[in-house]
Amino acid sequence: MTNPDDPRLLRLAEEDNVCAVRSAVPPGESIRIAGVEYPVAAEIPTGHKIAVRPIAAGAKVVKYGAPIGSATRAIQPGDYVHTHNLKSDYLPTYTRQSGGHHLD
Amino acid sequence: MNGYARPGGRKGIRNILVVAYLVECAHHVAREIALAYRQRGVHLIGFPGCFPNAYADRIMRQVTTHPNVGAVLLVSLGCESFDRGGLAETVAASGRLVHTVVIQASGGTTAAIAEGRNWVENALPSLAAALRGPIDLSELVVGVICGGSDATSGLTANPAVGRASDLLLEQGATVIFEETGELIGCEKFMAARAASAELGRRIIASVEKAARYYAAYGHGSFAPGNAEGGLTTIEEKSLGAYSKSGRSTICGLIQPGEVPPGGGLYLMDVVPDGEPRFGFPNIADNAEIVEMIASGAHVILFTTGRGSVVGSAISPVIKVCANPETWRRMGADMDVNAGRILDCAADLDEVGREIFDCVVRTSAGQPTRSEALGHQEFILTYK
Repeated sequence: MTNPDDPRLLRLAEEDNVCAVRSAVPPGESIRIAGVEYPVAAEIPTGHKIAVRPIAAGAKVVKYGAPIGSATRAIQPGDYVHTHNLKSDYLPTYTRQSGGHHLD
Repeated sequence: MNGYARPGGRKGIRNILVVAYLVECAHHVAREIALAYRQRGVHLIGFPGCFPNAYADRIMRQVTTHPNVGAVLLVSLGCESFDRGGLAETVAASGRLVHTVVIQASGGTTAAIAEGRNWVENALPSLAAALRGPIDLSELVVGVICGGSDATSGLTANPAVGRASDLLLEQGATVIFEETGELIGCEKFMAARAASAELGRRIIASVEKAARYYAAYGHGSFAPGNAEGGLTTIEEKSLGAYSKSGRSTICGLIQPGEVPPGGGLYLMDVVPDGEPRFGFPNIADNAEIVEMIASGAHVILFTTGRGSVVGSAISPVIKVCANPETWRRMGADMDVNAGRILDCAADLDEVGREIFDCVVRTSAGQPTRSEALGHQEFILTYK
């Protein structure tokens, strides 16, 4: 029997709508999520997050079975999830590129 | 598993003689006494300050009467503020062998070292005769912490330790987790796991207190490197650390040095009440380990991504390595390879079971890597 999930997906809790990837997924590849192949548009680096369920704009993104913030736009399975589409419900996230400004 | 029966009912998994200096001025003499017996289960601990401090006093009383400790030699310069008489009485009242060397009374360095070594020579055979008896997992206290973390910590080692924690709790063991300053953003989720609504409110208050305390020192938990490693939000980072606690009910909030009343999962409130004083609450990983040992931890589960090498005086440290690259470089310092999860060679449940088995073996007497390498770190400061 084929595993319904690509072996690169690392699911921290059953109810999560994002998974981490065990190794980088290059753009153009497809990834199997719950038995369905989804195209990957943007490279997902090792340890970063990929959506495994549709997430509506404003809905909670769930990892470890708990909300890690809210989606800032609609997210589809196979989408890369990071600062461009997920924001903290607590504090702005600072990156070197943002120069200390809040990333919207 | 066979442990060491101690007066008062608690049981140990090691039979350590500790040499404890009560001020930095006595550190050298204490070290010279202890070093001669480092292969024979003698550990060096101590408190460096000369001014009295209720916290340090409480922690020293707790670690010198820890169930892994069978005998205690106190080393005092003589004029420091530490209540050496009170500490010696506490240790004696616990049924342990105790002696105090006062350097000023002994006649200086050489005489004090000779007196201390003479006492240790005589104490070691009685220590070896300590009563053995069965110890059950339900009598075990396990502390979980992380240090030298990287992006892999929250993906492999921490959630795997969480699974081990759940397995230990099923057997009736006690598990302690902490780092309230690194749990910012998951306090409401944590409160929902609390055994009562009142405990949930206290948990939220403890995290808010930690946030205020760290803010006063200009300490932010989320660094740019975190985002580069794939973490997007402070909640996500905190949950990665928090995942060490597993999914069981949180049944209490304890202070450092407070021994949990029974089996179950406890959060340690490491940040003192009131205005910030004395600097950061825990200045290094070993300061956190010492507090867990003071709260009775027999074993510490320590997750690391970048690669820590530390062990501890008194209680064995099991190091769970999160990062497969670190394992390849520093595997000789590690007990469990959770990085295999990223190599697709194991899943979280398998590694959780392996960690549980390692706790059982360690409790039955098998030395951890840091014990075999002679690590005996100990640090205690003002709080």
